[in-house]
Amino acid sequence: MQGVAEKLSRLTGDEKHELSAYSTLDVLWVLYDQILRVAPDRIEDPERDRFLLSKGHGPQAYYAVLAAKGFIPDDWLDDWAGPDSRLGHHPDRVLVPGVEISSGSLGHGLGLAVGTALGLRAQGLLKPRVYVLLGDAELDEGSNHEAIAYAGAIGLDRLTAIVIDNQSATHGWPGGIASRFTVNGWTARTVNGRDHAAIAEALKAHEACRPHVVVATVEPKE
Amino acid sequence: MRDRFVSTTTALLDEDPRTAVVLADISAALFAKAAAQHPDRVLNMGIREQLMVSVAGGLALTGLRPIVHSYATFAVDRAYEQIKLDLNHQGAGAVLVSVGASFDGSGYGYTHFSPGDVALLDTLDGWTVQVPGHPDEVETMLRAAAGHDGRVYVRLSTQHNAAARPTTGRLEKLRDGKGALVVAVGPMLDPVLAGVEGLDVAVAYTNTPRPFDAAGLRELTAHTDTVVLVEPYLAGTSSRLIADALRGVPHRLLALGVGRADLRRYGSPKDHARWHGLDPAGLRAAIGGFVW
Repeated sequence: MQGVAEKLSRLTGDEKHELSAYSTLDVLWVLYDQILRVAPDRIEDPERDRFLLSKGHGPQAYYAVLAAKGFIPDDWLDDWAGPDSRLGHHPDRVLVPGVEISSGSLGHGLGLAVGTALGLRAQGLLKPRVYVLLGDAELDEGSNHEAIAYAGAIGLDRLTAIVIDNQSATHGWPGGIASRFTVNGWTARTVNGRDHAAIAEALKAHEACRPHVVVATVEPKE
Repeated sequence: MRDRFVSTTTALLDEDPRTAVVLADISAALFAKAAAQHPDRVLNMGIREQLMVSVAGGLALTGLRPIVHSYATFAVDRAYEQIKLDLNHQGAGAVLVSVGASFDGSGYGYTHFSPGDVALLDTLDGWTVQVPGHPDEVETMLRAAAGHDGRVYVRLSTQHNAAARPTTGRLEKLRDGKGALVVAVGPMLDPVLAGVEGLDVAVAYTNTPRPFDAAGLRELTAHTDTVVLVEPYLAGTSSRLIADALRGVPHRLLALGVGRADLRRYGSPKDHARWHGLDPAGLRAAIGGFVW
């Protein structure tokens, strides 16, 4: 991940950077390094996996990983959210190659992911998997619970949700986040969101006929 | 109109593998046969309208052509941010087909009314808005919308005119007259024609208020400075477009439509039309008072 650290300092202009300041960084790195069947030369390929960043806040780690993997040129990192920049504080799919959805307003990505998985299924595209990353506070938005219930009810098994849990939801999730999904029929794994091997194993642990969620626990938000 | 929507959409599902239907229980029973034939493309979310529109966005991103359907107040008013972000901001399109209109479900009361749907879509870019005046017009509109990837809103109503008109996207002049040009949108045509009987005004019809036919309006107002707009949704929704079309041309405008007040009344759609001054007698009084 050393390359990502370098990109991050270029993006933020901060020489001293703590990678642990980025709650999503390790999960994003594992996804792009080991899991996702995506590449800069196939961003329009119908057979690619889809990664949807629903939690569009704090996209520095996302941009750094996209640069490290060759989706965007490094010099885009130098003018983050500047007047001519393609990289804003929330990503825009129309502006950034490899970005599947424009996000920022919380609670939109999971529904878009359900629709994407259904669209692929309806066209007989059975290889691609749809991954969507959310935050624990983002789950406050009721729209997520429409999507969780429906995806579980129809057994949408091409869908994997990843929830980064930095315990930032104002009223918490009594009983744990995984149970909010499993009650609707999802399979779930809860892992240390800094442990790359555990994250990768959990992401691969999906089963037939059920959507899958990985809850990646990281340090509480300060 | 709803029956024609269901039959046309069912045919489109058979004919075009890009067509998909996303529902939130409303009208689901009418699509049961189509759902059995095309289980992957007739998708009922249950009573989840936010998800309905988000799913449409996802389907469109994979290349399908989603047709989204519910009551106008649930599909547009309730899911407005999903329309704004999961369709517009993604650069995605869909066909939204609503029922209920401004007060078709008069017995259900204000919770089922959407006089503001077209005004809400007017805050967003690139929506074609179609307000059929007759069931035959619905079929033409849906078949055209299925053939591209743009954003189309089709506003069905139980109120309709006796005869279908062509769907051209233009203002169609139906009657000559000197005192004013009266523009009737969708199902307002028959009440307008009845209301202005014997009055010296021209009448034009459109079932496609967006994009608004500005060039047509300029042509039809070449010999009058007085325009009356009669819309079946919030009064004044299209006033801005009339003002734009006639920029630099001195003109007078009377914009009639549904009022903003929550009347807290039930009754029939005919009662509501009368209370909002959209019945022939109310229209005649308002138009006559303004023009002469």
